[in-house]
Amino acid sequence: MINLTQLQKGQKALVKSFTSDVLSSKLIEMGCLPGEILTLSKIAPLGCPLAVRVSGYELSMRREEAACVLIELVN
Amino acid sequence: MSPSTKNTSLKVALVGNPNAGKSSVFNALTGLNQKTGNYSGVTVDRFEGSTTYYYQQQKHEFKILDLPGIYSLFPNSKDEEIACKTLLDPNEQIDVVVIVADSTNLKRNLLLATQLIDLRFKTVLALNMIDEANAQNIVIDVAGLQETIGVSIVCLDSRNKLGFNELKEKIFSANVSSSIFYDLNASNIKSGFNYRNAINESLLDKTYRSSIENSDKIYRYSVINYLITKFVKSPAQLNRKEISAKIDGITTHKIFGYLILLMVLFLVFQFIFYISEMPMAWIERLFLNFGQLLSQQLPAGQLNDLLVNGVIAGVSGVIMFVPQIAFLFLFIGFLEDSGYMARASFIMDKVMRPFGLNGRSVIPLISGTACAVPSIMATRSISNLKERLITIFILPLISCSARLPVYTLLISVLYPKSVFLGVFNAKGVVLFMLYMLGFVVTLITAFFLKRLVKSTESSFFIMELPVYRWPQLSSISLMVYNRVKVFVTDAGKIIVAISIILWFLSSHGLGKKYNEISEVYQSMKLLPSSKVNHEELQKIETLKLEYSFIGVLGKVIEPAIKPLGFDWKIGIALISSFAAREVFVGTMATIYQSGNTENTESIKQKLLKETNDAGEPLYSAAVCWSLLIFYAFAMQCMSTMAVVKRETKSWKWVIAQLTFMSGLAYCSALLVFNLLN
Repeated sequence: MINLTQLQKGQKALVKSFTSDVLSSKLIEMGCLPGEILTLSKIAPLGCPLAVRVSGYELSMRREEAACVLIELVN
Repeated sequence: MSPSTKNTSLKVALVGNPNAGKSSVFNALTGLNQKTGNYSGVTVDRFEGSTTYYYQQQKHEFKILDLPGIYSLFPNSKDEEIACKTLLDPNEQIDVVVIVADSTNLKRNLLLATQLIDLRFKTVLALNMIDEANAQNIVIDVAGLQETIGVSIVCLDSRNKLGFNELKEKIFSANVSSSIFYDLNASNIKSGFNYRNAINESLLDKTYRSSIENSDKIYRYSVINYLITKFVKSPAQLNRKEISAKIDGITTHKIFGYLILLMVLFLVFQFIFYISEMPMAWIERLFLNFGQLLSQQLPAGQLNDLLVNGVIAGVSGVIMFVPQIAFLFLFIGFLEDSGYMARASFIMDKVMRPFGLNGRSVIPLISGTACAVPSIMATRSISNLKERLITIFILPLISCSARLPVYTLLISVLYPKSVFLGVFNAKGVVLFMLYMLGFVVTLITAFFLKRLVKSTESSFFIMELPVYRWPQLSSISLMVYNRVKVFVTDAGKIIVAISIILWFLSSHGLGKKYNEISEVYQSMKLLPSSKVNHEELQKIETLKLEYSFIGVLGKVIEPAIKPLGFDWKIGIALISSFAAREVFVGTMATIYQSGNTENTESIKQKLLKETNDAGEPLYSAAVCWSLLIFYAFAMQCMSTMAVVKRETKSWKWVIAQLTFMSGLAYCSALLVFNLLN
């Protein structure tokens, strides 16, 4: 399984699980929960933070936060 | 039948996600009937307002409490915690909860809605921005949704102020839903607990919280997904989101993004630095004229002097800041409301992070070059408490516009021919060096502070990038008005008090000598101005200052400032400019009897002629540089201190900041003086 930082800009993925408890609850409440499809929409010019489109919103998060999101590529 | 005088009053809490337009709903409901207060013991402002509702010719008052934005009942920051605790506080006696939800993005907004319904509050769900949802062809089956969730739903268009009467009706007749979305009893976590108790417990007990939090949210989302598929029809491609994405292509671009940010910062700088100057000059003149008028009309004496030179000068010092505060908040209002601030934060986060700062610290840092006062107030948009405190702490180190007159005078003494290394304009070069020095020291301080300040708050950068929308001028104006009001009433009190103390110290003294001088001065003041020998009057004024409390203090501190190359005369200027650094120039003018305080040239000539005991020029390069560096770092601004007190709600930060900056100013001036001397 790969994490969110390994996604290319524009790629879609299915959220599988999280590696951090504290972060998972925050992400879930923002609508980024297992079973949702997300798209990596932006990478900041300096490589961090990233932005994903999920559940109809756009969320930005730092690279190390994104590393806690385990995903599976979808086509 | 006349409207009854009997007042029934309902307490209504406004709750909702950040970006759901909660404050525009609050503004539309309450208008100018707002007051800003405190939650006890914390730095979060409490916004309350009121509105009236007539039902069957009876007048009812609704007290509206605007709670900080939350995503769920499991808080992740201080602000969110306040919102949750206030909701559950039995002493608050909240009668009705209005959930403000963004109609264009119902899904995540419903998470909080279902939690609040399960707390068994009388609830109204307000679908805000319904105009935008319509424009995007999002169709919500309001009747169906209302029936399923069991509470009244009202559609609001706060831009055009539509739906607010219906909202009041629904608040008045609000009910507790008969449905429960998620029953903790059923999942058997702690038997005998209802949801309200469970949330209360989770606010106190982290372990308990983590045992219920995720399952609560995941379960609710599964219900919400069902509700959304059943009651909300939205087109596959959303127009506005595509437009937003296109704009983002530019605003977060690796070159254009920074260029645009630079342009925005430049505009902010122009507005606060130059455009505010005009209204500030008007205010100054207005108060000056008023003071003169008053001093002529009232009988001469203590009271006259207190009113004109103490109170009016103090109040004028407060009002002077209003244009800068208003302009900065107008700008910030536009940047926040349009959605651009989130993008600026997005592209700057990586740059600011090594210094313990946040992408949102950029605007306050730049506007700090004009004035620290509005900039400190602007740190509110930084939601992480630690990052906000660090930003507040370092802001006064940035060279502000009030330092300019001090710098200008000293540079003109340092380089009388205003040429630097043969070709450069001295003022331009030295000013640039001082501004850069300010920035570098600011960042270094932040870097060390980041390690010193302890924080229990987790530093997330998980934030929403909202779609761009047109800012609402009415809502922003109200925000600007409230900020100005808070500054004038809260910080203003402290500023006026310190002005009066400083006035007293500089216009009063003890001892025979002072009394003699004072008598001569008074008698000269009573003469018609055509008969006064102005040179004589200046001499007396200088003597009077020398023997006043401030003059005595200046001599008392002389041993302490001697190592920096300062004498007691500079000591007097240091003390009298403690309230505002630009006073330095005026005090120097009085001390050196240069007469016209507006004219730097004449003070410069006097300073150049001053010699020390050995007959060498007193204002040598070493002394001038020492003073320059001292003023670059010393606090010397009571308005900043008053505003830091107001924003951090404690004197602790003010004292820490004052101590640090004084220490830094002293040590650097000492170093510079000894290196150059």
